[in-house]
Amino acid sequence: MNQFDSFLAHLKTLTAAGYMFYGLGFITLLSAITVVTARNPIHSVLALIFTFFCLTGHYMLLNAQFLAIVNIIVYAGAIMVLFLFAIMFLNLKQDDEESKVTLTKTAGVIVGGVLMVLLLSIFNAAPVGTYNPGTFDAQTGMVERLGIVLYSDYILPFELASVLFLIAMVGAVMLGKREAGDPHF
Amino acid sequence: MDLTVLIIKSLVILAIFGITLLIATYSTYAERKVAAFLQDRIGPNRAGPLGLLQPIADAGKMFFKEDFIPAQASKWLFILGPCLAMLTALMSSAVIPFGDSIKYASYDVPVQGLDVNVGILYVFGVVSLGVYGIMIGGWASNNKFSLLGAIRAASQNISYEVALGLSIIAILMMTGSLSLRHIVNEQANVWEWNIFTQPLGFVIFLTCAFAECNRTPFDLPECETELVGGYHTEYSSMKLGLYLFSEYINMFTSSAVISTLYFGGFHYPFMTQVHDALVGSLGDVAGHNVATLIGTVVLFAKIFFFIFFFMWVRWTVPRFRYDQLMNLGWKSLIPLSILNVILTGAGLLYNIKYATWAIVLVMVVLGATNAIKAPRRKPVAVPQV
Amino acid sequence: MRAQTDQQKTEDSKHLTMLTNRSKQVSNKEMTLAERMYLPAILGGLAITIRHFFMKKATIQYPEVKRYLGPVFRGHHVLKRDEQGRERCTACGLCAVACPAEAISMVAAERKKGEETLYREEKYAAVYEINMLRCIFCGLCEEACPKQAVYLRHDRMVPVVTSRDGVIYGKDKLVEKLDDRYVRNNPDVKATPTEPTLSRSVA
Repeated sequence: MNQFDSFLAHLKTLTAAGYMFYGLGFITLLSAITVVTARNPIHSVLALIFTFFCLTGHYMLLNAQFLAIVNIIVYAGAIMVLFLFAIMFLNLKQDDEESKVTLTKTAGVIVGGVLMVLLLSIFNAAPVGTYNPGTFDAQTGMVERLGIVLYSDYILPFELASVLFLIAMVGAVMLGKREAGDPHF
Repeated sequence: MDLTVLIIKSLVILAIFGITLLIATYSTYAERKVAAFLQDRIGPNRAGPLGLLQPIADAGKMFFKEDFIPAQASKWLFILGPCLAMLTALMSSAVIPFGDSIKYASYDVPVQGLDVNVGILYVFGVVSLGVYGIMIGGWASNNKFSLLGAIRAASQNISYEVALGLSIIAILMMTGSLSLRHIVNEQANVWEWNIFTQPLGFVIFLTCAFAECNRTPFDLPECETELVGGYHTEYSSMKLGLYLFSEYINMFTSSAVISTLYFGGFHYPFMTQVHDALVGSLGDVAGHNVATLIGTVVLFAKIFFFIFFFMWVRWTVPRFRYDQLMNLGWKSLIPLSILNVILTGAGLLYNIKYATWAIVLVMVVLGATNAIKAPRRKPVAVPQV
Repeated sequence: MRAQTDQQKTEDSKHLTMLTNRSKQVSNKEMTLAERMYLPAILGGLAITIRHFFMKKATIQYPEVKRYLGPVFRGHHVLKRDEQGRERCTACGLCAVACPAEAISMVAAERKKGEETLYREEKYAAVYEINMLRCIFCGLCEEACPKQAVYLRHDRMVPVVTSRDGVIYGKDKLVEKLDDRYVRNNPDVKATPTEPTLSRSVA
């Protein structure tokens, strides 16, 4: 009871952004759980898309506008469309119970549990960043600052990542290339 | 935020919302009129003077038709589809600067829903979400033709988004900002409108905008000769109405974005002189507001022209075949837009503003020489027996 | 050039006849670069359509404006009267026999004393009905009539029927009104000639 009172007291001290964070966090968790529990894969994907939207909201709360929009464009707008695209082609009318044998279920539980323990211990150990409201730069997280940081401090990882993408793209083109004897669709 | 600013801002947002809906409504009327005029007919003229009440009659018809949900359809997703299509269509006009600013006492409120510093990316993101409405609706119908239409829409949108984004990047490089207002203000001088500095980018952007709106010649998702009605085969009543309506809203938004990105937005020649003259004769506040109004009217004239252009093209060009569509997108537009980006970068490096005209010139010369060298067709073809 | 094409034409006219000289041979020739760029062709198409935008429109506002359908149009049936205002129909039934849609039915009656001003012959049609849902407006009744009694007006259409009762036209709707006589080929002549001068003559 005491804990509940202190929770209520904590709620009263929150700012609007705080309320939004809790609300958004709740919805995020809910939709993330739906991704796992939904029986229809399409519903799963849609819940995943919704989760990405909630994450975009979190980025917004963190004043990372560019990241938020890029998250929508890349994840919700492109990758998830392809997910949906692929799943729509599969005929998944009935629940595919054969693939969910006990072995896979236990393996899933073990992997998930280990991951959760790992993450919890990391968050427990990691220091939470603090900031001084007096010297806080409101432009942090905006696209200009991000660009400056990416192209000065992190230029090598950034360029390496782009080379990696180029390689992946060339690989995709090679895979998709039609050879002489292939059937013509 | 001050209350007065908030009120003016909400009024601006409401006005933008209302105008978007109104223009979309009358686009349906305009589409039919334009189609008729291009085909030597006169179009709807029975409902009200000049047929101006036709959209209301259409909406009434849509509302009173049977709202049918197929038995095997996934009911909630079936309803969600058109809602999403409408939602994403309405969201995108929020960041477009429709005018300079409204002055009221000491306040200076821009005529824009919201000025985020990633405005163009916002439009891009929302547009890329638009395909979900179509995909979900098409899949939920539980009909092969709807599914095929949905899948065509998805692959078409993803393919053309790449070229669309690359053609925007050339503009971003010239402007150095993602904010639409900043992009507009960069084009204050008529000869620096992006249509003059980025001719190739404009053509690519326009083509991709047609594809993103699912308008002819890229309306493969609703290609009735192959797919019955495409993704909205199973839809009826106002759900179908929402799909059709969202297409017109998308058309309005893309016209607004084209005018903003390439045609200087609310700028027009001799704008500063007009502004100064108005401020001189009407006073600071009133003169400024009138100047803003003129700018907004000019922007809407540009938007209307592009809406007309969308319709003009629709009733001129036949539909592409699907492999032609994909070839055009992946093998022509994307390489061209990458070339455009590179040349724009080179131009920025050596301070040549109109560098991308080089591509246009080369293409025209190549095309002309190729056409001259090509073997002639026989002038009068006589069937051989 | 002209001589050459003429020569070609005479050569080919043996094999086939062309309806127009605009036919083009289908060619699988590789497209030139300009053609593959699509834009010149699209611009050409846009120029064509925008020209049509400003052209005179072909629409006729139907209920308000009716176009003249020509002197041989087959519209509303009329049972003619002669120049003295007597009904010409003698109820011989040839029109009903000729009718491919079997739309015509009639009941004959004998002319009484004192009815000479109403009916021209001794026998007349007491009932004469045309089912307008069946009628195909072929005009065979007009051809069949030996008394020049049935005509299909060229200047008036059968109006739309909205109820089943209005479908069958009786004598009240079919017989020519005395103040609304019908003349086919010369609208300036007010009076009906004894034998209407039409394409076929009665021997």
